[in-house]
Amino acid sequence: MSSKLSIRGVSRVFTSSKGQQTHGLTPVDFEVHENDFVTILGPSGCGKSTLLRIVAGLDQPTTGQVLLGGAPVQGPGADRGMVFQSYTLFPWLTIEQNIRFGLRERLMSATEQKERSDYFINKVGLRGFEQHFPKQLSGGMQQRTGIARALANDPKMLLMDEPFGALDNQSRVLMQELLLGIWEAERKTVMFVTHDIDEAIFMDNHVAVFSARPGRIKTEVAVDLLHPRHYTIKTSPEFMALKARLTEEIRTESLAADMH
Amino acid sequence: MRAHFRWMLGTGFFILFFSVWAFFTLGGYVSPTFLASPVTMVQEAILLFTEFNFSQDIAMTIWRVLAGFILATLVGVPLGIAMGAHKGVEAFLEPFVSFCRYLPASAFIPLLILWAGIGELQKVLLIFIGSVFQIVLMVAVCVGVGAARRDLVEAAYTLGASPSGTVNRVLIPGAAPEIAEILRLVLGWAWTYVIVAELIGSSSGIGHMITNSQALLNTGQIIFGIIVIGLIGLVSDFAFKALNRRLFAWSSL
Repeated sequence: MSSKLSIRGVSRVFTSSKGQQTHGLTPVDFEVHENDFVTILGPSGCGKSTLLRIVAGLDQPTTGQVLLGGAPVQGPGADRGMVFQSYTLFPWLTIEQNIRFGLRERLMSATEQKERSDYFINKVGLRGFEQHFPKQLSGGMQQRTGIARALANDPKMLLMDEPFGALDNQSRVLMQELLLGIWEAERKTVMFVTHDIDEAIFMDNHVAVFSARPGRIKTEVAVDLLHPRHYTIKTSPEFMALKARLTEEIRTESLAADMH
Repeated sequence: MRAHFRWMLGTGFFILFFSVWAFFTLGGYVSPTFLASPVTMVQEAILLFTEFNFSQDIAMTIWRVLAGFILATLVGVPLGIAMGAHKGVEAFLEPFVSFCRYLPASAFIPLLILWAGIGELQKVLLIFIGSVFQIVLMVAVCVGVGAARRDLVEAAYTLGASPSGTVNRVLIPGAAPEIAEILRLVLGWAWTYVIVAELIGSSSGIGHMITNSQALLNTGQIIFGIIVIGLIGLVSDFAFKALNRRLFAWSSL
């Protein structure tokens, strides 16, 4: 397997307006392989979202660099699709127009835009809602639009920042199954940030456990449960064993975070 | 039913207002020299339209307001957007525009008469001066990137948008309903400037009619002139609101 994304010595120091410095990330080295599904798991405020934002190009590292397919990341671009926790759909555009946003930016022909958006609207189960505005849909449906919008752009990889964090438990579980199904079919390279252990184990192939702030990768754990995965896997002994192990890792870090 | 009730309450106050007015004037509690009764006002109104070609005055006033307001919109909205979208433009223009905003437009009348005479241009320019700086500043603030819109801008960047693409496809459409509301507000202010412009050195318009009637102590005509201004304001405001709701249906979801 070739390495798709290389994170090399990336750190981030935040400087407040009073000149006070906070270490958000201590130098992180990390590799994501082609077609892999990797989760960054850690307590809240540990800097895992900062790392994802740096990969997206929305934030600049203080030291180090990010390479995508060998080329350094300079800023945000269409080759890294991002799904945000807060949905970030354009409220003045319909669901279909939202999904076509990036395609229009690329000056793709209208028929091709339509074809692609129809394909992904079907994929995320939003047929019949193409002409609705985002506010007319539930949180889960809005986030499905967000996923379709990112995928329609055909990015080299998908970055997801706690995308299901704002959803209720039932929708979250359904969304995990949906995303896993899409990944099993398309094999996009995914980097997924979450603090939910079940979510991480259920979907990914690798977990990187983040330490409490200042964030660094504490351990990497391979999740070698076979694909396609069914939701019943969550009660299997292998799943339970992984969960117990990761729970212990995260617990130490959460306790450490509380001490600060 | 609720909307119906609201509407009834709203008209109720108008009826109350006219009743009190009628009671004091028709009852003889106030001298007709100082305040005409509603009946006199209606008679004067009919006279204004039949004898004094008042519809011509109304048309002139509306034309002046629209000319000044549209001119201010054409200049002010793009400037405001540029200021809201680019920190450099904002730093360059903001202090000057804020300074200009506090200059009373009516104080420019002597200068404007000197520069532009007492013709139409002077009146249109006064409305322009009174409106344009307000539009620039208010539009700049609403286009400016707040927390919610910063998320959308970031999303646009990750979808491959260029910096100018984020202005055209995120900042402007996102702020459009607010810009339309600002314009509705400023149009109301433009109406007050036009009357000021017409009170001095004018030979037509509602404001001119009011000054004339003052010389003749015709309070009925003055009151009718004021009411006409109010009515036109109300109608244009309703029309503007309805248009905004149609154009930006998404924002009231």
